[in-house]
Amino acid sequence: MLPELGHFVLILALLLALLQAFFGLAGPALGRERWTGAVSAALAGQAVMVGTAVACLVHAFVTDDFSVLYVAENSNSALPLFYRVTALWGAHEGSLLLWILLLALWSVAVALRSGSLPASFAARVLGVLGLVSFGFLLFTLATSNPFARLEPAAPDGRDLNPILQDPGLAVHPPILYTGYVGFAVAFAFACAAMLEGRLDQAWARWTRPWTSWAWAFLTCGIALGSFWAYYELGWGGFWFWDPVENASFMPWLVGTALVHSLAVTDKRGLFKSWTLLLAILAFSLSMVGTFLVRSGVLVSVHSFAADPSRGMFILAFLIIMIGGALTLYAWRAPLLRSSAGFELGARESFLLFNNVLLVTAAATVFAGTLAPLIADALNLGTLSVGPPYFNPTFLLSMLPLVGLLALGIHANWKRGRLRDKQRLLLVTALVAALLAAGVAFGVYSGPHVLTPVAMTLGFWIALASLVDPLDRWRRGLSLPRAVLGMTIAHLGLAMAVIALTTVQSFTVERDVALAPGESARVGGYELRFEGVRHVEGPNYDAIAGSFALTHHGQPVRTMQPQKRQFWVQHQVTSETAITMDHGNNLLLALGDDLGAGRWSVRVQVRPLVTLVWLAALVMAIGAFIAASDRRYRVTAAALAPGTVLPERVRG
Amino acid sequence: MNRFLVPLGLFVLLAVVLGIGIRHAPEKGIIASPLLGKPAPEFALPALADPTRTVRSQELRGRWYLLNVWGTWCAECRAEHAMLLRVKQAGLVPLIGLDWKDDEQQAQAWLSQLGNPYETVIVDRSGRAAIDWGVYGAPETFLVSPAGVVVYKHVGALTEDTWAREILPRVQGNKS
Repeated sequence: MLPELGHFVLILALLLALLQAFFGLAGPALGRERWTGAVSAALAGQAVMVGTAVACLVHAFVTDDFSVLYVAENSNSALPLFYRVTALWGAHEGSLLLWILLLALWSVAVALRSGSLPASFAARVLGVLGLVSFGFLLFTLATSNPFARLEPAAPDGRDLNPILQDPGLAVHPPILYTGYVGFAVAFAFACAAMLEGRLDQAWARWTRPWTSWAWAFLTCGIALGSFWAYYELGWGGFWFWDPVENASFMPWLVGTALVHSLAVTDKRGLFKSWTLLLAILAFSLSMVGTFLVRSGVLVSVHSFAADPSRGMFILAFLIIMIGGALTLYAWRAPLLRSSAGFELGARESFLLFNNVLLVTAAATVFAGTLAPLIADALNLGTLSVGPPYFNPTFLLSMLPLVGLLALGIHANWKRGRLRDKQRLLLVTALVAALLAAGVAFGVYSGPHVLTPVAMTLGFWIALASLVDPLDRWRRGLSLPRAVLGMTIAHLGLAMAVIALTTVQSFTVERDVALAPGESARVGGYELRFEGVRHVEGPNYDAIAGSFALTHHGQPVRTMQPQKRQFWVQHQVTSETAITMDHGNNLLLALGDDLGAGRWSVRVQVRPLVTLVWLAALVMAIGAFIAASDRRYRVTAAALAPGTVLPERVRG
Repeated sequence: MNRFLVPLGLFVLLAVVLGIGIRHAPEKGIIASPLLGKPAPEFALPALADPTRTVRSQELRGRWYLLNVWGTWCAECRAEHAMLLRVKQAGLVPLIGLDWKDDEQQAQAWLSQLGNPYETVIVDRSGRAAIDWGVYGAPETFLVSPAGVVVYKHVGALTEDTWAREILPRVQGNKS
């Protein structure tokens, strides 16, 4: 019975979401205050229904109800309890339900915090969110019902995808989705502001903390995904520009631009139409990402089972939501006029560059991700774009971005008086260059042309970010959370730049020939060859080499790369051995038998990979801190006089 | 011209591309299945009828065969069963069953109850072979050529339509 109840309450949730959208949008538009007031009731109902539906599905999983198709396909009676719960989002239907639940939770959070917002504005925000909820609920019920029954019930379930039976990958989707869905809030605020004609600075201030929260979750989610997929599964890298990875990375890039552009709109009342556009774009990219992953138009290693009818539905939904928002934008944005100007060297200019470069980066990733589709649409045949495209084009916009950041932190709002800080800039740059040179030539050797440049930029950002907080501390001034958070996030970026440069430049790869008992030194590690032995697999014979790995005399572990020969096709494959030690990623591949017991071995040492993920975590922590700044809790009433002159737009 | 219309225009363009992408998706999903055109994964698995006998993939070389992934827990498979029996009756291409993550006794009972369309059924208890074949869900059917190359993959229950349009022409050499 419970699955039917789940299905039923999901239908109720759909109706309530529709009511929520109707009351939220029609109430303020027609000036019906009672409708406006009913929005939060509809939302509360919707959230309770969605929560009940999720509880029903979790119950089915926990009690091994294999008469539910989704449970039979994604669980098993032998599955540990923890994974039976996380199996909820193990496949398409359940992940959609999770998406809907998170959207409801975000909406409730907005409703609870909306006391300080004008009633009509808050209603419109919740109305837009209701529309998004409605779309996703309709999608779920129409194409991907998680409560579909299996007749007759399966005696046991097929089990959760083994890749997902890992604590990291199990908690990764909720965090990632929280980020994705969080951009819906910024989207709803932007749409509400345009509908309301209230395009002053206030909406930007209201939106800022929400956007920062969403951004922080998305950052964590991406980093976790990268960490577990590539560290635990041992793929030997951290980013592959796979469509599914790109689908989460594009909203992240635009979201980063949005966080910065909101700051300008909030503080200076500039970039208003641009900020609106970014708010629409960030969520649109989240939805397009979902579309790309779910519809099967792109092929990826991570893809869920693709279904074109689902694709058609999402596309229709995208056209309504994004098309609607962009139409609203085309209608409202021309009415915006920026009242203030700024000089070239002012902080506004730097943030403008930041935005342009981030959006350019997102656009290049987008173009690369969609290239196979575009080629297909134009009948140019099958085309695939990989790291040779992504790496350089991405770097092209990222290097100047990072360089301008160190300068921009020192710039003042409005006036371009960087000259006042000339000495400070020179000193920090010089120290950074020395540090970079020390690392590049001292610790590691054999740098690439760009290595010292990127390294210097990384250190420069770190030093430059610390100047202002240190100055405040020295003068005994308080350090607002917004500034503290920004500083931490920028330090995280500096870490990321340094770590990425190190990995890209100082990865050591060597082919060595060893006889049993001989050893070789590679990247600070000593590798002792202990010999090979014969192993038989289910359908192959293998030669397994055994290598004792030591680091400065300390034994690390024994690595056993294999060389497999499959019986029938006589195809030979190399099974690499991968391990992590002190943040370094080591990879061994057995080469050829050189005769007389000697073997060639390929050794790869990637230094500081762990720092890449750590850097992302630091950035996210910074955003969390900034989002909790007290400044954002100021009520609308207290905010209105002085800071904001609402420039009401008549439309 | 209103420059604020530019994003909308770009989006419309994107929607068109995505729409075309969806139209091409079904065929593309098949082309993109990494196994197509590649040698079938090798396996050595126990036979359902006699667990002491190991069936090796190389024994199947030299003739066409359909590898059908099924399990007694799979409802679609029950629906597909009648179609499989018709394939057997046609006698044109042998069916090899891959009993996936299943209880052997139940599988035996299933076959004696519903009829056995398979020439041989092999047992993949651990699901390792299914991973090698890139199986996402049961039922799935692979058409393997005499040279041991996977030439076609069908996801979901086999239908008359797929049989007549995709499988028969390939076996009879009218389609590659």
